[in-house]
Amino acid sequence: MLHRYTVPLTIFGALALAPLLGFGAGHSLSLLARAMILGLGALGLSVLVGGAGLVSLGHAASFGIGAYAVVMLDAAGITDAGVVFPTSVLAAAVFALLTGAVAIRTAGVNFIMITLAFGQMAFFTAASLSAYGGDDGYTLYARTRLFGTKLLENRWFFHYLLLALLVLAWLAGRRLLASRFGRVLRAARENPLRLQALGFSPYPYQLLAYTLAGALGGLAGALLANATEFVAPSFIAWQRSGDLLFMVILGGLGQLHGAVLGALAFVLLEEYLAELTPHWRLIFGPLLVLVALYLKGGLLGLVQRRG
Amino acid sequence: MVEPLLELRGLTKAFGALKVTQDVSLSVLPGEIHAVIGPNGAGKTTLVHQVSGTLAPDAGSIRFNGRDVTGLPLARRARLGLARSFQITAVLPGFSVLENAALAVQARSGSSFRFWRAAATEAALNEAALGALAQVGLQDRAETLAGDLSHGERRQLELAIALAMQPRLLLLDEPLAGAGPEETERLVGILAGLKARYGILLVEHDMAAVFALADRISVLVYGQVIATGTPGEIRTNRQVRDAYLGEDH
Repeated sequence: MLHRYTVPLTIFGALALAPLLGFGAGHSLSLLARAMILGLGALGLSVLVGGAGLVSLGHAASFGIGAYAVVMLDAAGITDAGVVFPTSVLAAAVFALLTGAVAIRTAGVNFIMITLAFGQMAFFTAASLSAYGGDDGYTLYARTRLFGTKLLENRWFFHYLLLALLVLAWLAGRRLLASRFGRVLRAARENPLRLQALGFSPYPYQLLAYTLAGALGGLAGALLANATEFVAPSFIAWQRSGDLLFMVILGGLGQLHGAVLGALAFVLLEEYLAELTPHWRLIFGPLLVLVALYLKGGLLGLVQRRG
Repeated sequence: MVEPLLELRGLTKAFGALKVTQDVSLSVLPGEIHAVIGPNGAGKTTLVHQVSGTLAPDAGSIRFNGRDVTGLPLARRARLGLARSFQITAVLPGFSVLENAALAVQARSGSSFRFWRAAATEAALNEAALGALAQVGLQDRAETLAGDLSHGERRQLELAIALAMQPRLLLLDEPLAGAGPEETERLVGILAGLKARYGILLVEHDMAAVFALADRISVLVYGQVIATGTPGEIRTNRQVRDAYLGEDH
């Protein structure tokens, strides 16, 4: 049996060492940044799916809203992190609260369809924002300023900032799921009727979890806008929501670091397959199907069986 | 005259043309076991659903602890002290036995909107949960996953969860269903021990257990209560014998 911290510490350790081990060439570092940002969003989704049993197919909307908040503030000349990031987080949280208030009244396939529908609404709204590039997207000419400095432009600083946020979110997510609140969430996943018979209404717990995951997605979206210095409606496309869901399942649902592992594996695999052949999706697609079919417990399950 | 803990008056429920509950009135006094028996399809489970709050009656009222709860949902009734067990065991399989009971304690002690402290380390929750487990003789299995319990043990856990809610009334839907002879004996012993402290509405198939435990019995046939009385009265009631008991006794 592996110690329970072995795998997460290995993942975070590898991410901490990567820039020092020659992984620091410009492109690969931004690749890791992308993976960590997606991992941050996938973490929130993992709390929803693996913890609360809420399978959302619209999680990319929170990314998009976080990213578009950066764009809109940028267009208005506001680039201070102290304003930009809280706005992104808050906007995504409010969106999640409002849409979740409707979606969480449903369950199962209906929940998936409603979250998908809200996600698509956000997508088409973004595509129609001609002031911010519409379909073509919007290029940011500078990253958000941190206390008036251009620290976020520094790839090294950005890398370790992302890593720190990822570790913090992982820790907070773990605490959350082990807390009283998390216990109610997990019980709602296992048997909502039993939970009600105990005197709990699952609704407010699930709605709060949905809102928190949205807030984390908003933060990730704001970071993604900074990483790519470009924002487009494709950030919100339902395929991106599907990718996030797949990262969570690829890594392994049971534990939160599975989402981080899944995001890393997903981004690296996508990148290297694309280098191999322009028809990489022909390989990537079946690979995903095989993982879903045969890799019970995801990559974590694989690692732990070996261990 | 003792105020009844639970009082059903004129409860009626139909699914389309099928009347599954017809003008059912009965009461449970504090410290009393009132059993509801009846052949399959008599509407016992529908009655349980209406009392617990998962199904709304078409007509009639349900008073619990001096309060009309007819319109209240399941969770609200549970918070008022009405604990139900499920006919098909509904423990949380991925939770440990202790955590199953601790969640029930948690429902009655303080807010669950607490996000940081690990719930598993809250001594107050665990102690009360262990107490409930001890009442049903399951304390040695506290760390086992509920999904790994035997059928009889799950029935015991089902009871422990209800007890951990510190209820006023236990609504037990066939607590002996599927239990073997030894398990049944053990469960009947546990139920007999609970009798003085809770009102119990017991819906059960096992006649021997019902006649051993109940203070009063109501016989439900085709959604109607055809008789209510002490076990002795029910045993000698001609209508009951014709409709029901005669078949297998």
